[in-house]
Amino acid sequence: MTLEVALRHRFGGFDLDVAFEAPPGLTVLFGRSGSGKTTVINAVAGLLRPQAGRIAVGGEVLLDTARGLSVPVHRRRLGYVFQEGRLFPHLTVRQNLLYGRWFAGAGAPGPTLDEVTDLLGIAPLLDRRPARLSGGEKQRVAIGRALLAAPRLVLADEPLAALDAARKAEILPYLERLRDEMRLPILYVSHAPAEVARLATTVVVLEAGRVLRTGPAAEVLSDPGVTPLGPRAAGAMLTARVSGHTEDGLTELDAGGQTLLLPRLPRTPGETVRLHVRAQDVMLAVEEPRGISALNVLPGTVAEVRMGDGPGALVQVNTGEARLLARVTQRSVTALGLAPGRPVFAVLKAVSVEKD
Amino acid sequence: MLDLGPEEWTAVRLSLQVAAWATLASLPPGILVAVALARWSFPGKQLLNGLVHLPLILPPVVTGYLLLLTFGTNAPVGAALKEIGIVFAFRWTGAALAAAVMAFPLMVRAIRLSVEAIDPRLEEAAATLGASRGWVFLTVTLPLALPGILAGAVLAFAKAMGEFGATITFVSNIPGQTQTLPSAIYTFLQVPGGENAALRLVLISVALAMGALLLSEVLARRVARRVGAA
Repeated sequence: MTLEVALRHRFGGFDLDVAFEAPPGLTVLFGRSGSGKTTVINAVAGLLRPQAGRIAVGGEVLLDTARGLSVPVHRRRLGYVFQEGRLFPHLTVRQNLLYGRWFAGAGAPGPTLDEVTDLLGIAPLLDRRPARLSGGEKQRVAIGRALLAAPRLVLADEPLAALDAARKAEILPYLERLRDEMRLPILYVSHAPAEVARLATTVVVLEAGRVLRTGPAAEVLSDPGVTPLGPRAAGAMLTARVSGHTEDGLTELDAGGQTLLLPRLPRTPGETVRLHVRAQDVMLAVEEPRGISALNVLPGTVAEVRMGDGPGALVQVNTGEARLLARVTQRSVTALGLAPGRPVFAVLKAVSVEKD
Repeated sequence: MLDLGPEEWTAVRLSLQVAAWATLASLPPGILVAVALARWSFPGKQLLNGLVHLPLILPPVVTGYLLLLTFGTNAPVGAALKEIGIVFAFRWTGAALAAAVMAFPLMVRAIRLSVEAIDPRLEEAAATLGASRGWVFLTVTLPLALPGILAGAVLAFAKAMGEFGATITFVSNIPGQTQTLPSAIYTFLQVPGGENAALRLVLISVALAMGALLLSEVLARRVARRVGAA
């Protein structure tokens, strides 16, 4: 099922005009605060009625202002995971989970209570009340509640933003499983590049109420022309396969034909992992560096150079099938003669791996 | 000291009956008006707000007289209601109506406060999970407002037990019909040697009020625990 969205909405000096398609998988609405992400997701949910627009899921029209059609919120069959959980304080975890299921009807398609509690690891919490849950537990219950409503579309508005790093790490694997195991389109609002790199199948970049770019995550994130949060936050996403572990405690990975060495990962050979390489953590050299402590030096060619407004520049480097972004100074661009086609070596100072 | 005569017992029983009916009958409209004032926007909202609060600021005698002008047997509304067998004038039902009108602002205020305290985002969440407006109200708004509804009901009950001015103006002071505790106390105080009987009824009034207050505390605590606030 594909989600089609086209919206125009003007309010309080803000002008939103977006159109995009979200294929199955997890589509991230990516942009800084105030770019219109939440407005879009609330319009899809039906909590906000845009002045003009059309929204359809799998061919079924939820909103078409031209035809005066707007399906009410409670008939849209969504699973909405809010930033603050919004669990019902007067109900137990079990009652919260089954709330939407009851309205969907007993024969509704979708996972059972047991499947959801297994997937999210919340079986021991069933008889508690939300007031006695930790932030991470609350969010897991909120995700479960959305899934049990037998939704045809899952919406998530920065579901991890209110959590600390440890709680985020606790929930991310569940979101990955959700993306990989449930055949539902997921529309996910975020302004955290690491989260996008880890979760996104498709990225829709929003800036000041417009769609800046739509495309597969690896492509959009490594595009030096698309940095909604500024060049500091830019970074590429790589998909790598674990090829083996070395005796001195490292893990060898294959990223699109290039070999990477990372501190040992708790993964078995053959598994794939997503890596996030921030542009800040990539140095470029025009000759193969020798006598250097960095383990990961990848040969490649410059694909694109984008000069910034300040002294910096973003350089996209193709290395094998993977694409990297490097943040360098404009002085270095000139000194090294960095231009499309130029062979370079990318030195990775740090690679963040999203571990389970 | 506390062996009451039949007339005094009648007053106690009648007071409880009047206050209970006044409270129960005004709960549904009380909740509706409280939700309307807390959540909806509609033309005439300030007018409704003023109307609801009027009995709180008018002299009770005036409220009672207005009730007589509206619901008396010769008044238009009273006559129409008499056609279908409902009579308020000089009956215990009239005492209940007067008590309900006088207690209504207190009840609405308590419920309104608790409705305003409910996070509307919880109601939105319920809607995204498939609940229509009616179901959202029944499964989220109403249970979360329960502490306020209880508080409002107890307050209304206590006010109804003590209502005097509007009641005596509207339905007079007929033993066995409209003579509630306050009216009975008033009557005993008008008669030489009636102080003892009046004092007995005063003690009963105090006991009933304290009982209602304690009951509401216990209920409110239990509800608060269920709602997860405490």
